[in-house]
Amino acid sequence: MDSPILEPSLYTVKAVLILDNDGDRLYAKYYDDTYPTVKEQKAFEKNIFNKTHRTDSEIALLEGLTVVYKSNIDLFFYVIGSSHENELMLMAVLNCLFDSLSQMLRYIQLILSTECISALFSFCRKNVERRALLENMEGLFLAVDEIVDGGVILESDPQLVVHRVALRGDDVPLTEQTVTQVLQSAKEQIKWSLLR
Amino acid sequence: MIKKFDKKDEESGSGSNPFQHLEKSAVLQEARIFNETPINPRRCLHILTKIIYLLNQGEHFGTTEATEAFFAMTRLFQSNDQTLRRMCYLTIKEMANISEDVIIVTSSLTKDMTGKEDVYRGPAIRALCRITDTTMLQAIERYMKQAIVDKVPSVSSSALVSSLHMVKMSYDVVKRWVNEAQEAASSDNIMVQYHALGLLYHLRKNDRLAVTKMLNKFTKSGLKSPFAYCMLIRIASKLLDETEGGHDSPLFDFIESCLRNKNEMVVYEAASAIVHMPNCTARELAPAVSVLQLFCSSPKAALRYAAVRTLNKVAMKHPSAVTACNLDLENLITDSNRSIATLAITTLLKTGSESSVDRLMKQISSFVSEISDEFKVVVVQAISALCQKYPRKHSVMMNFLSNMLRDDGGFEYKRAIVDCIISIIEENPESKETGLAHLCEFIEDCEHTVLATKILHLLGKEGPRTPQPSKYIRFIFNRVVLESEAVRAAAVSALAKFGAQNDDLLPSVLVLMQRCMMDSDDEVRDRATFYMNVLQQKQKALNAAYIFNGLSVSVPGLEKSLHQYTLEPSEKPFDMKTVPLATTPITEQKTEIAPVATSKLPEKLAPSRQDIYQEQLAAVPEFQGLGPLFKSSEPVQLTEAETEYVVRCIKHTFARHMVFQFDCTNTLNDQLLQKVVVQMEPSESYEVIHYVPAASLPYSQPGSCYTLVRLPDDDPTAVSCTFSCTMKYLVRDCDPNTGEPDDDGYDDEYVLEDLEVTVADHIQKVLKPNFGAAWEEVGDENEKEETFALASVRTLDEAVGNIINFLGMQPCERSDKVPENKNSHVLFLAGVFRGGHDVLVRARLALADGVTMQVTVRSSEETVVDVILASVG
Repeated sequence: MDSPILEPSLYTVKAVLILDNDGDRLYAKYYDDTYPTVKEQKAFEKNIFNKTHRTDSEIALLEGLTVVYKSNIDLFFYVIGSSHENELMLMAVLNCLFDSLSQMLRYIQLILSTECISALFSFCRKNVERRALLENMEGLFLAVDEIVDGGVILESDPQLVVHRVALRGDDVPLTEQTVTQVLQSAKEQIKWSLLR
Repeated sequence: MIKKFDKKDEESGSGSNPFQHLEKSAVLQEARIFNETPINPRRCLHILTKIIYLLNQGEHFGTTEATEAFFAMTRLFQSNDQTLRRMCYLTIKEMANISEDVIIVTSSLTKDMTGKEDVYRGPAIRALCRITDTTMLQAIERYMKQAIVDKVPSVSSSALVSSLHMVKMSYDVVKRWVNEAQEAASSDNIMVQYHALGLLYHLRKNDRLAVTKMLNKFTKSGLKSPFAYCMLIRIASKLLDETEGGHDSPLFDFIESCLRNKNEMVVYEAASAIVHMPNCTARELAPAVSVLQLFCSSPKAALRYAAVRTLNKVAMKHPSAVTACNLDLENLITDSNRSIATLAITTLLKTGSESSVDRLMKQISSFVSEISDEFKVVVVQAISALCQKYPRKHSVMMNFLSNMLRDDGGFEYKRAIVDCIISIIEENPESKETGLAHLCEFIEDCEHTVLATKILHLLGKEGPRTPQPSKYIRFIFNRVVLESEAVRAAAVSALAKFGAQNDDLLPSVLVLMQRCMMDSDDEVRDRATFYMNVLQQKQKALNAAYIFNGLSVSVPGLEKSLHQYTLEPSEKPFDMKTVPLATTPITEQKTEIAPVATSKLPEKLAPSRQDIYQEQLAAVPEFQGLGPLFKSSEPVQLTEAETEYVVRCIKHTFARHMVFQFDCTNTLNDQLLQKVVVQMEPSESYEVIHYVPAASLPYSQPGSCYTLVRLPDDDPTAVSCTFSCTMKYLVRDCDPNTGEPDDDGYDDEYVLEDLEVTVADHIQKVLKPNFGAAWEEVGDENEKEETFALASVRTLDEAVGNIINFLGMQPCERSDKVPENKNSHVLFLAGVFRGGHDVLVRARLALADGVTMQVTVRSSEETVVDVILASVG
């Protein structure tokens, strides 16, 4: 296996995919022309999904490409790179994408839950699931745009990504402080409901 | 917020995708509200999201509708909603290639990129650079330079990455930003550092000195970003590779020091770089292997995978270096990630001892059905390598392979198995019968035409020479009854070979052949009729020429010659000897252990090297009328590496002439060479007829000049000759930066190394699959024999290699492999001499004190025999 010395380049990521639990595309961004047509892309996604949706093993080699992946409830996240690429770099992108999304979605869940206490507990588990994601598609679009630009890793720190996306729950500006406030008021309400 | 709730309630019941049934036309209709005043940010945002979602799903937008939506969207810049603005940037990027006149947003984006809102600036730069072309770039150059050195990391990173994207398009403009990039590289932010380094390298990669300087600076100053470290390691290892620097260079020390970095990503990159270096010694590998060993027990699957995959590569070249990790690898056999388990086992197969083979094979078979085809191929390749290492284990392997062959699998996988079995058969004569039996069983139920024909061809070649040839006939004839046309035709050819080789089978083969003549397919019928007639003649020479050893011409060459022949009607019959020969016999392609990565590439039927040369030479008017190209040699270097001019020569042999093609490269950037010729002084009676100069040779652009030489007619035995070569040219000095040459130049010359023409240049390799039959076919009419002593040669292997190189002929019947511990060996060589005369050589070698060689040469032409013997002596 004489792989040539890697051409030093910033172009690391070939594609970022998010599929649902039927293997259908929720989001797909290809950064080079490994799969130039939509038909080839969909075929590749189908293949990838068939090979990965039953096992939870994080990494695989498919069609000569390294695929790192992660599944959560009803979503499958994939980051794809060349088979000569540093697997840990791809993993960094995947983790950043996943953590950014879970943070962003958690904030929104939180705001919603202040009015409905029973939903408060739902934010304790990581809530990156299909429905929440679909309701915040623009957040997803912006987050991926901040993480990878044309195949180059732009940012790998989820905190910074979330900060830059700066997604607001409508008119309420959301900062760390408001989150604690929200939590505070939620706690109060729980206390009252228990006392009653 | 209230609105959001309503929406949520609606959907929570069905839980379905709100974007699922989006209609493109409906969404575009909705986009009209972009024009309403005041702008409703929430609704507009939702519509933009829908548009991007549709684009993302691969929906096709026509130019007109996209342009319309795009122009409506530009109005949204009036709103100050942050998220909406950001979505506008995204829409611009997504639509940059679909919509027309996207540059209309340039001024809005320029305003945002220089504005006060930091959140807008980075994304605005990226969107702007996406729609900018080279001419527009000049206008925003000033802003880009400022942005690169901006103190806000997201702005600086965006500018650097966008510059990198634009290097492809406007290298010259971006090149002017080197100083700014340099400044950014010393930023505190880790991502800015990484992006600046990447851009700097891209701008300087053609200038080795600058890259070296840059490396020195950064390796000393130290970086914070792990990504930047990985990049530095790659640059360093590339530079080491190019300069062929020894492993004592500071660059190697740097890479090695990265093995002790805190970040796993960097450590792995360094280990992988060391492993991939050519000519690494076991001692240099040791530290890399030991960090990989640590990674093997990491809780992260990706890290274990990376480590074991790299160890697997090490094991191919240095199995002993990996033995230390055997224990860790054993633990990975049961890893839940099957990719890791497979790689661990195949690595162990390479490093383990003969005794552990059985156990490992059992382990693999327990989960082989669970892994992907890619890894099954890896397993098969490991087995293939193992068979060469431990030939005695072939029965275990053969069993395993035949089991795998019975399982389901794709074409690539089956082909790997078949190739592996075939190579085992070729390596171990004693495994031939079992191997053939497995393959026979496989073709009974094989859906891949290519594999079936390949196996039938092999059966035809090997079957008749086994002790019981009759048992294969049934399998072959079954194919004739059951399969598609291509397979039936291959089966007929295989049958014919049995008939030709075994006299006692001939009558039954003829009967079967008779039935094939009734086939519904033309090709099958034609073949059957043809073989029937040849076999009925019962002549050995005919059998050899038409059944065992087929045509050895290049197919595109034959097509071209036949076309030429039909264009110029003549009385003479078509002469096969005018057709160029196939350069690489197809059957000789060894099944190399190809990297898994390449399996995706479609296999192209590239024209052979010789066909390309034929085209190139035919384009030169002076070389018309030389006839077909007979042979092109491998390039010979006529200069040392790293000199002012690099010249290599390819020798093209024609029936009565030779053309020397000199590929010259000028490596001086302050010179332009013109009218370049290579003057040649022959030592023998060769006559230089014509020089074709290369008109001009600018810096680093290769050009070719040619010299045409007539071969001596009167003395056909003068096959070898030495030419002294001098390159003559007109020099025009020029400005190294602009490449603008001076008006006048001066003549100069440059002495090249001598060029030798040897007997090998006159002989083309031809593979005779059945050497014995070919030997009989040529006959002993022109046979000559002589004995030589090769005093300087110590082993049979060396002698065989020397003879093949010297004569440039094709070894047949795998006689180029000398069995171990033998004192004598017979080498069979076949070729065609210039002019189309077959030549066969049988060399009996005996090892005593030095090697004694008895050479027997047969040819259809007496002078050729003389030429060969004279050149050997």
